[in-house]
Amino acid sequence: MMKKIFILLLSIFFSGSSIAADTNTELLKVDWSFKGVTGKFDRSSLQRGYQVYKEVCASCHSMRLLSYRNLGEKGGPEFSITEVKDIASSFEVTDGPDSQGEMFTRPGRPSDRFVSVYPNVEAATAANGGAYPPDMSVLVKSRKGGADYIYSVLMGYDEPPANLELDDGVYYNKYMDGNKIKMAKPLMEGIITYSDGTNATEDQMAKDVTAFLTWAAEPHLEARHKMGFKVIIFLIILTLLVYFSMKRIWSRIDTEV
Amino acid sequence: MSEHTYTPSSKFGKWFNDRLPLLTLGAHLSEYPTPKNLNYWWTFGGILTFCLVTQIVTGLVLAMHYVAHVDMAFDSIEHIMRDVNYGWLLRYIHSNGASMFFLAVYIHIFRALFYGSYKSPREVIWIIGMLIYILMMATAFMGYVLPWGQMSFWGATVITNLFSAIPFVGESITNWLWGGYSVDNPTLTRFFSLHYLFPFIILGLVILHIWALHVPGNNNPIGIDIKKPSKDTVPFHPYITIKDLFALLIFLIIFSGFIFFSPNILGHPDNYIEANPLVTPTHIVPEWYLLPFYAILRSVPDKLGGVILLFASIFILLALPWLDRSKVRSAVFRPIYKQFFWILIIDVLVLGYMGAMPAEGIYLLIARVGTIYYFLHFLVILPLLSSVEKTDPIPASISDPVLIR
Repeated sequence: MMKKIFILLLSIFFSGSSIAADTNTELLKVDWSFKGVTGKFDRSSLQRGYQVYKEVCASCHSMRLLSYRNLGEKGGPEFSITEVKDIASSFEVTDGPDSQGEMFTRPGRPSDRFVSVYPNVEAATAANGGAYPPDMSVLVKSRKGGADYIYSVLMGYDEPPANLELDDGVYYNKYMDGNKIKMAKPLMEGIITYSDGTNATEDQMAKDVTAFLTWAAEPHLEARHKMGFKVIIFLIILTLLVYFSMKRIWSRIDTEV
Repeated sequence: MSEHTYTPSSKFGKWFNDRLPLLTLGAHLSEYPTPKNLNYWWTFGGILTFCLVTQIVTGLVLAMHYVAHVDMAFDSIEHIMRDVNYGWLLRYIHSNGASMFFLAVYIHIFRALFYGSYKSPREVIWIIGMLIYILMMATAFMGYVLPWGQMSFWGATVITNLFSAIPFVGESITNWLWGGYSVDNPTLTRFFSLHYLFPFIILGLVILHIWALHVPGNNNPIGIDIKKPSKDTVPFHPYITIKDLFALLIFLIIFSGFIFFSPNILGHPDNYIEANPLVTPTHIVPEWYLLPFYAILRSVPDKLGGVILLFASIFILLALPWLDRSKVRSAVFRPIYKQFFWILIIDVLVLGYMGAMPAEGIYLLIARVGTIYYFLHFLVILPLLSSVEKTDPIPASISDPVLIR
């Protein structure tokens, strides 16, 4: 009785907080490689995802919390050191002031943060019809549904229903709150050419960029999964040892434990 | 507390112990006679001590990297998550640790409710425990503000605004709490300072809580006093230490499941959006462990009334030993109280659920019924049961039912 209620208590508590937000259209579900206890990122997918970000998303969305060096770190896209240096130096970074007190630009270095197109939030908002394109560094973690949500929004563009009036610069999306989004459909087949030769279908790009954004939001996900696996196995073995020790100790007296 | 005849074996030990009887204290803790029939619901005291120490240790390291400033707090948390060695681990232990702490404390409190552990002669243990719980809520609330996400900011705004309901001086008090005219940098820095301070006050209270416990000794599932110390009790070490360790390890497996495999499931996604005073989230919800009280607060249409009821719902627990006058402690021998105990649990769970829902329509109605029942339980049902209920016969000693089983 107590045990059943305890389990019920647990499940209600933990489901309660996740039901907190309003329910929307059922999201598209993808069998992500990074899901589950042994989930890992697919390196080539992350590398392609970075390409999608750089060539499509980055024209509006910043990723101010990431540095170019992150692209070469373990558990991420794992670009080689030369590739990371090349990527970084393809950006112009404002630095300074120099000894004359002047600001100057120089090619980026791996230690630099991702360069944003807009100097500040206000500029980004003004340039995008009054809708701030959110920074993508932790975007996946800041949306209910996470990766599935991002993927669904990317794939959720459709013709609006006949009874829905849309203003200029507003688009119909099945998975957005209120079904309206101010971002034009970003991914079209062939909008980029993957450097690894993969066919750049809309679905492929959406999956790759979502995987990339998931890594960006949780760069230590692989290390976390790996450690968690070891920790829990260790704890289970220790628990068993302690359990048998406990039985042994309590066998000295007449009481069950 | 049993009288000690402990003498250290070494000469230095004796010299030291005569000046500061730490070894006597150690011997007392080790020999402390504990009822041998304690079940696993009694292991949560040890688990809670572990939780407190874990929060203090991880918090200490997090504080070395965190920056309490409105422009830098959010980024400094991400710095911890990305660049500090094992920073992600520390932060996920700390944030999920808060939830596990509350899970354990709720089990601990409801165990006390079921077995009547708050009754004479343990009222002071209970009151200290409630003070710890209140401080825990304050600490957790302020800790949730520190990442300076949307829920941090708006949660802080909602809760601190409660004080503005106080007549005449409400606004001044709120401005004093904020250190300005809205939740802003002064609020964040003082919350950080207090969030660092409170756990040490809690630690002090925990020591008093255990001290007060060691005067009458543990309650037990039968709820009767220890009659024959030699037969009814076991020394704390090794019997209880190993049992507590076993329970703690099970708890740690669940805890690890959260830390490593779904570290953000108990948090709100909005808290990964940096605080923005110009954009209000659609639903402002506190962390899950505060939801029942949030439901009580919102179930009253009047702001001041809601605040009064919110505080009353917490402080009423302090009076519990005097509201429930039944001589029988354990619900095992109280057939009617036992039913109401489970109804109270359901009521609190329902209130928690309603706290997570928007305060409108059927949700609001259920929350109101739940709130009324909550107070009914403590103010009417318990005092009434004390005189009306016909309790079952109580065994003569702990050893009796144990031997029969």
